[in-house]
Amino acid sequence: MSTTIATAAAPAGKKRAKMTDRSRAENRLGQRLVLPAVIVMLVVTAWPMIQALYLSLFRYRLTTPDDKEFVGLSNYGTVLTDSLFWQDTLNTVIIMVVTVAVELVIGFAFAMVMHRIVFARGAIRTSILIPYGIITVVSAYAWQFAFSLNNGWVNSWFEWLPWITADTNWFGSHWPAMFAIMVSEIWKTTPFMALLLLAGLSQVSEDMIEAAKVDGATWWQRLWKVIIPNMRAAIMVAVLFRALDAFRIFDNIYVMTRGAQDTESSSFLTYRQVIQQFQLGLGSALSVLLFLTVLLLAWLIVKTFRVDLAQARGEA
Amino acid sequence: MAATAGATRTKVGTWIGFIVILVWCLLPVVWILSLSFKGPGETAAGSPQFLPKDWTLQNYRDILGFGTVTPGQESTHKDFLDALRNSFGIAAIATVLSVIFATLAAYAIARLDFKGKRLVLSLALAIAMFPVVALVGPLFDLWRTLGLFNTWPGLIIPYMSFTLPLAIWTLSAFFREIPWEMEQAAQVDGATSWQAFRKVIVPLAAPGVFTAAILTFFFAWNEFVLAISLTSTTSSRTVPAQLSFFVGPDPFNPPYGLLATASVVVTVPIIIIVLLFQRKIVAGLTSGAVKG
Repeated sequence: MSTTIATAAAPAGKKRAKMTDRSRAENRLGQRLVLPAVIVMLVVTAWPMIQALYLSLFRYRLTTPDDKEFVGLSNYGTVLTDSLFWQDTLNTVIIMVVTVAVELVIGFAFAMVMHRIVFARGAIRTSILIPYGIITVVSAYAWQFAFSLNNGWVNSWFEWLPWITADTNWFGSHWPAMFAIMVSEIWKTTPFMALLLLAGLSQVSEDMIEAAKVDGATWWQRLWKVIIPNMRAAIMVAVLFRALDAFRIFDNIYVMTRGAQDTESSSFLTYRQVIQQFQLGLGSALSVLLFLTVLLLAWLIVKTFRVDLAQARGEA
Repeated sequence: MAATAGATRTKVGTWIGFIVILVWCLLPVVWILSLSFKGPGETAAGSPQFLPKDWTLQNYRDILGFGTVTPGQESTHKDFLDALRNSFGIAAIATVLSVIFATLAAYAIARLDFKGKRLVLSLALAIAMFPVVALVGPLFDLWRTLGLFNTWPGLIIPYMSFTLPLAIWTLSAFFREIPWEMEQAAQVDGATSWQAFRKVIVPLAAPGVFTAAILTFFFAWNEFVLAISLTSTTSSRTVPAQLSFFVGPDPFNPPYGLLATASVVVTVPIIIIVLLFQRKIVAGLTSGAVKG
């Protein structure tokens, strides 16, 4: 702390030499301060990932460890030619696209309300944080019971809809089960989306909106031509985070269906191979593919929105 | 005239929006609360109405272990309370350690110029997006070799790694907003550097650190994938994992009431934290993501 004062007070002539010394010291201090965090982050991710890359080249079952044998890329071949892998990837993509799209719309509406509201700001902020903070497993149970055939209220409340009757079995077939899973996911994570969008919304200048209004722009035009283009960075961040989060969906599926009715996600498949079937070789190949897919998705989203994430966060 | 009509419409719209948001957020919470007062007899017979027919505290007795416990559920409260203890301990330790490491890193990122700053931030970003399940296999193997399988540190270490990115972002955003020249001003006014740090910088930085701690705690309290994969007994199993093991004797008839009650109990701390700190949580969630 005192070095700051010392430099500031140093005579102008010596400043140059001092600065290089100082910046070298600053460089060293900065690196030392981030080192513990970097080590902890790498220990749990980089090393196991290298391990996964290595194990994915072996036939390796924990139940028969002596049978470990180098098989090259054949695990990847097995995975990529298996229809279950593609079915699960498709499920995951459907869940991701649908939930993120629905959340974006509902979250935006919520953000607009929260932005405009002048009363009970604390109450609304508190209630919107409850789904955010609640344990995903709890959300999954709450919705599983709500959709339950014998004990749920969904059937009796929505019986007036043509495709719902008193004995609609939501977990008895593929699409209704997927629907229930997505409802739980959307309920739990819309608040996060809404809060990120609210922050973006509050950065759109009121003057600009007012000017558009004076120029005769309708509400719809103001929304699409002024508000949304000015929130692109916030929307990008929200979509990126939520999409990658939704792609990893696991808890809801585990609790609500355990993968029954072909509702498995990629994460669930990987988990099942590794933990329930002890197929470390095959499971590692799945892990590596999952990781590559997430990287690809992140790259695609960043490219689509053409926003430098570091710049959006002011890190440039 | 037209302007007033527009204003009234906006007002009515905001009111409707307000009510929709409240119902959306609270309905499932009220639902598990209501379910927690339905006895096992009622749910076994099927009870599709929202509120219980006969309100009972029996589920709370079984989960928390007071009064007369339902026969066959004698060990339920012990397992649940063990899980609750593990959840609190693991989440608290992971939070404290993660926030300490993140504070050091975020201070460096916000205040110092050093080589590799961008690299650290990209690494944090990559880890925030990491598919946790991809680590389950190798970690399972590694933890068994190192003797960390089914222990507290076995969960604390990965929780730290996965909460560090969020904590670093939130904190560096907060730290960048701190008027650091105030520290020098205090020193000019005669404060020692320690006094200046303690009396000026700590109070300014504390809200950010606190917010990062809340977000970290939420993550650790919620985590499920690692909790079911890296534990095998109630000595280290956390609440989300324990909940998924409450299946009861009949797989076709899960103990609705018990699960709902356990859910209510673990949601109470979340609601308390949210009630007390809603403003800070919102600031923390958004500061790291939208503005620099």
